Amino acid sequence: MDFITFFQQLINGISLGSMYALIAIGYTMVYGVLRLINFAHADIMMVGAFAAFFAMDSIGFSLAFAVLFAIIISVLTGIATDRIAYKPLRQAPRISLLITAIGVSFFLENIVNVTFGGTPKSFQAPDFFEQIIKIGGTTLTPTVIIVPLITMLLLAVLLYILFKTKYGIAIRALAFDIKTVSLMGVDSNKIIMIVFIIGSALAAVSGIFWAISYPILTPYMGVMIGLKAFAAAVLGGIGSVSGAVLGGFILGFTEVVFVAILPEYGGYKDAIAFIFLILVLLFKPTGIMGINFEKSRF
Amino acid sequence: MERLSKAQILIFLVSVGFIFLSPYIFEDYGMRILNNICIFIILAASYNLINGVTGQFSLEPNGFVAIGAYITALALLDEDMKFELFQLEDPAPWVLALHLDLIPALLLSGFVATIVAVFLAAPVFRVRGDYLAIVTLGFGFIIKVIAINSPEITNGSIGLNEIPSVINIYWTGGIAILTVIFMLNIIYSKYGRAMKAVRDDEDAASAIGINTFKIKTYAFGTSAFFEGVGGGLLAILLTTISPDLFTFFLTFQLLIIIVLGGLGSMTGTIIGTVIVIGGSEWLRFLDAPLNIFGYETDAHPGLRMVVFSAILILVMLFAREGIMGKKELTDIFKRKAK
Repeated sequence: MDFITFFQQLINGISLGSMYALIAIGYTMVYGVLRLINFAHADIMMVGAFAAFFAMDSIGFSLAFAVLFAIIISVLTGIATDRIAYKPLRQAPRISLLITAIGVSFFLENIVNVTFGGTPKSFQAPDFFEQIIKIGGTTLTPTVIIVPLITMLLLAVLLYILFKTKYGIAIRALAFDIKTVSLMGVDSNKIIMIVFIIGSALAAVSGIFWAISYPILTPYMGVMIGLKAFAAAVLGGIGSVSGAVLGGFILGFTEVVFVAILPEYGGYKDAIAFIFLILVLLFKPTGIMGINFEKSRF
Repeated sequence: MERLSKAQILIFLVSVGFIFLSPYIFEDYGMRILNNICIFIILAASYNLINGVTGQFSLEPNGFVAIGAYITALALLDEDMKFELFQLEDPAPWVLALHLDLIPALLLSGFVATIVAVFLAAPVFRVRGDYLAIVTLGFGFIIKVIAINSPEITNGSIGLNEIPSVINIYWTGGIAILTVIFMLNIIYSKYGRAMKAVRDDEDAASAIGINTFKIKTYAFGTSAFFEGVGGGLLAILLTTISPDLFTFFLTFQLLIIIVLGGLGSMTGTIIGTVIVIGGSEWLRFLDAPLNIFGYETDAHPGLRMVVFSAILILVMLFAREGIMGKKELTDIFKRKAK
């Protein structure tokens, strides 16, 4: 692989990794606070993508308004899943919560399937995204440049919220010890809601990125993306936001490079995330930047 | 083994009689559903062993079912048929050579699934709880990816069809009854008690000298064997298989069954299977155009699944223990006798 090809793959990998990272953050934050693998999280991403599609295709919004619309719909869905499905089970065994999350995931997929019909939808991004930019010998699309930039911006905002604001302190405290912190007068349900708002908003942004990069939308698009993003979160160390981002980038980059180096095995690229995940868990059960949770059990 | 109670013998005789007489009672459509129910009892009962009895929240039965389905299908198809079916690539030599009768084919399916499970046990059971769920989910997924990408064995995403339909209700029903008896024998054996101990408190079980890894591996391997056999039967019943059949959705169906019936209860598993598989046939009307108070709606394919997932959520919210909890039918008889 010459340098120019490598550079091109690097940029593609970073772009793909950003999309994984944005979803992985939602997984890692919910896991940090509730110790729940929120199986429905990737479907919230899918809801975001469909909301954007609906806003542009049926209402006729411009992309900017469609983004806003998608974020609002996703955040409302996120809050609703927490309130209806997860909140009543706060004291329940963790397995109940996990099964409910799987139920919510299927519910969202199928309700979108029923609402929009079974045929895949093609997302019409503005022409701006269709152009090709040539820098040196590399050919890039605007998407692969814009996606990482916006991701970095959102990440900076998120880190500011987490480490500089009152709510950020509360979120980190809840992740540390939810029982004690609740006893000390923190409204844990409100903070958990904020976690779901942040996660869902980031997922919506990621959903629009996916829609622009791979413009075929299906109600089940979240399944595989979500599994990989969760694998990325565990890879980086679940509970750690920077770990999720790192895991996302590693995964995105590995996938792109794998297909570039071994195109004849391209069909196996979807399995890489899990092979990676299993290897990491074998040697470092808490992931690369993992926080040492007490041994997980239901 | 303890002596059989009258209730147990009665239940056994009633189920054997029911299976025996069913072809005289039901039409073709009913028999197909009954066959389906029997196969899902095999799958759900074995899934319940690892999930409900041993308490290891694994999400990969779709992988084992797929292994069993492909092996049985390949063993039953003859050589000419294989050449005709394989369109993407020629079948691998061993695939061509594989030719077995029904019983050896099912046994082979089970054994291969068990071997895979035993090899997986080492990495899988290094982690617990949520991590276990996601790792096993990953394995189920990897097996599907392999099935799509090995056209010389599986015919890729096209799948295999024209699998000879060599079973009837006596096969599926008989194997279902055998599976349930076998599972109950395990559950009430020394190993079963150890499995429950692992479920209830793994550290305490380990402290009293139970080799928890070994017990989990036993449960996992046994469960995989019957998933494989059930997968083989499923392939024969459907006569057509493709990787799309063995997605996470299959695991999800089994999960609803065992959760609805009560994690850890064999009676619950059977009731759950009848409700879920029978109910999903009954709910088919939801996918067709509906007439709600005289108002005609359009057909909404998929509405059935919305209702289904809503049911799972509601069960978890309001009836967390499922229909039977951890109890068996015979436990209820015992209490009444007192």
